[in-house]
Amino acid sequence: MLSQITLNQAALTYINIIVAGLLTGCVYGFMALGLSVIFGVIRIVNFAHGEMMVLAMYAVLLLNQKFGLDPFVVMPAVVVAMFLAGYALQRGLINRYIARPEHELFLMLLAIAIMLTSGMLMVFGPDARNIQLDYAYDSYEVGGVLVDKVRVLAALGAVSGAAMLWGFFRFTRTGKAIRACADNQMGAQVVGLDVKRLYAITFGIGTACVGAAGALLLLLVDVQPYIAADYTLLAFIIVIVGGLGSMPGALIAGLLVGVSEALAGFIILPSLKSMFSFALLIIVLLVRPQGLLGRRT
Amino acid sequence: MTRFAGLSRRAAVALVVSVTVLLVLPLFAGGYMVSVLVVMLFSAYLGQAWNIMMGFAGQLSLGHALYVGLGAYVSAGLFVHYGLPPWIGMLAGMAIAGLAGTVIAALSFRFGVTGTYFALLTIAFAEFTRLAFNHFDWVGSSSGLFLPVATLANDDVLRLRGSPAMFYYILLALTLAALALSRMLLRWRIGFYWQAIREDQAAAQALGIDVFRYKIAAVALSAVMTAIAGTLFAFYDNNLYPDTAFGISRSIDIITAPIIGGLGTLIGPILGAVVLTALSETMTNVSASLGINGLKQFIYGAALLVIVMLQPAGLWPWLRSALRLDEGKT
Repeated sequence: MLSQITLNQAALTYINIIVAGLLTGCVYGFMALGLSVIFGVIRIVNFAHGEMMVLAMYAVLLLNQKFGLDPFVVMPAVVVAMFLAGYALQRGLINRYIARPEHELFLMLLAIAIMLTSGMLMVFGPDARNIQLDYAYDSYEVGGVLVDKVRVLAALGAVSGAAMLWGFFRFTRTGKAIRACADNQMGAQVVGLDVKRLYAITFGIGTACVGAAGALLLLLVDVQPYIAADYTLLAFIIVIVGGLGSMPGALIAGLLVGVSEALAGFIILPSLKSMFSFALLIIVLLVRPQGLLGRRT
Repeated sequence: MTRFAGLSRRAAVALVVSVTVLLVLPLFAGGYMVSVLVVMLFSAYLGQAWNIMMGFAGQLSLGHALYVGLGAYVSAGLFVHYGLPPWIGMLAGMAIAGLAGTVIAALSFRFGVTGTYFALLTIAFAEFTRLAFNHFDWVGSSSGLFLPVATLANDDVLRLRGSPAMFYYILLALTLAALALSRMLLRWRIGFYWQAIREDQAAAQALGIDVFRYKIAAVALSAVMTAIAGTLFAFYDNNLYPDTAFGISRSIDIITAPIIGGLGTLIGPILGAVVLTALSETMTNVSASLGINGLKQFIYGAALLVIVMLQPAGLWPWLRSALRLDEGKT
């Protein structure tokens, strides 16, 4: 009888952790979607992805602290600003490097990443900050499983964001045109699509996506300038594991990484949690380099 | 035109003058300046090692800190626990780093992992190792590994205990040796194979070059050379932490100098190291006097951006023709 109860409790603990991991994983997947979209279409790797996300996190935090606005209220404004920034960056700087050797673009994005991180360090300081919400500690109980309200909201935001993105690529003319560019850039040019503009829109969508993910992630974690590089790497892991250019792949890999981080942090050691993500990346790259849902090119 | 060991006269004169200046520099420089020069030479040498793999053979590694860390930890661990002399520990570190490079390269290339994917794989292996060493108690895990500091009257080269000036001359010798080796490699058959693979792997394969083998050779050689610097790092700093030894910021430091200087060139990594170290030191002093956190990195990033926008192929190709050092040579 007693062992039955303890077993149930142990099972409940694990379910709690897995559910929390899945919800966080939704946000991870959404963040990685931005990277996946950019790589899938323009074939460039955004090495400043995490830095862009942290920038959006600070923007949300600032608006919240100055005007007391809820993250979900300021999110549209931040997303639009991030889209414009991404559009301008692609048009002004990145575009001229597309046909050049990879390492030159890498160095340029690295320079941008360094400037973003140190710029945020200058403005906001090195301390970890978090957002103060009156519903921060609310939670729901479903059949003995406790779920944090902020985690549910963040996951819902991520899933609806991903759904909107899917709808955009599926149903709008611009979305279809971008997919045409991804499938065959030369062909797209031949039929008269403005590839440069579409690339800029794509990069803008990628940065907008990571901006929205940053606003959601701010509900779950503290923000600090130096976390940016870790999230860049995390986005890489998720995108590669899921399959570059595959939207469902990125979401599934996000869930996988979210759960494996949560479980590894609980069962082994919190400081070892990302080691499992890297191990996952190594295994996937060696065994199935196109990723779980990717197509071999 | 008169030639000296295959160099044009102007190039030979420039080389002799530079080496002479580098040899006498520590005699006139203060202690702080020598430590800056040591940083510069570390950067130059590591850039040369990385340049063999990326500049010559075209294989992008973003995780070279792995080999620095292995070279450092193997020799320092053996020294702390068994008193093994550093030069022997260095050989062990080189062997292990070379083995790690060979295994990573063989796995990747066997499974067709190339380009960006290969670069990400190198990061993954470095980060994985960093996290593993954070929990590896034999080398002090995340709290660090410390080498006993002995204050000696004289430099002890055999046991690598001594002043920054001693490390300066060791590193200078290494850098010049790496320069000579790089130059020979480019003239040997293997160098031509590497360049063929870099330019067009499919064409190289069609010509009968064993692409798999020569790519692995480039990674292994680069890893072994990088591990040497790792050992020197360990005995120069006297302390080791996984987060700095294997960290991604070290990997990035390693690759910026050769790219800024000129990828695939012989002098590029050295020139890049000189420029970036000077830039970094100036910025440290400026931002320290202004007392603004992060200003140094910001200007460093901005300078990087300017260089990559103005001279994407690197500074050396531009400087070489400006100084007319490439006369009569292609």
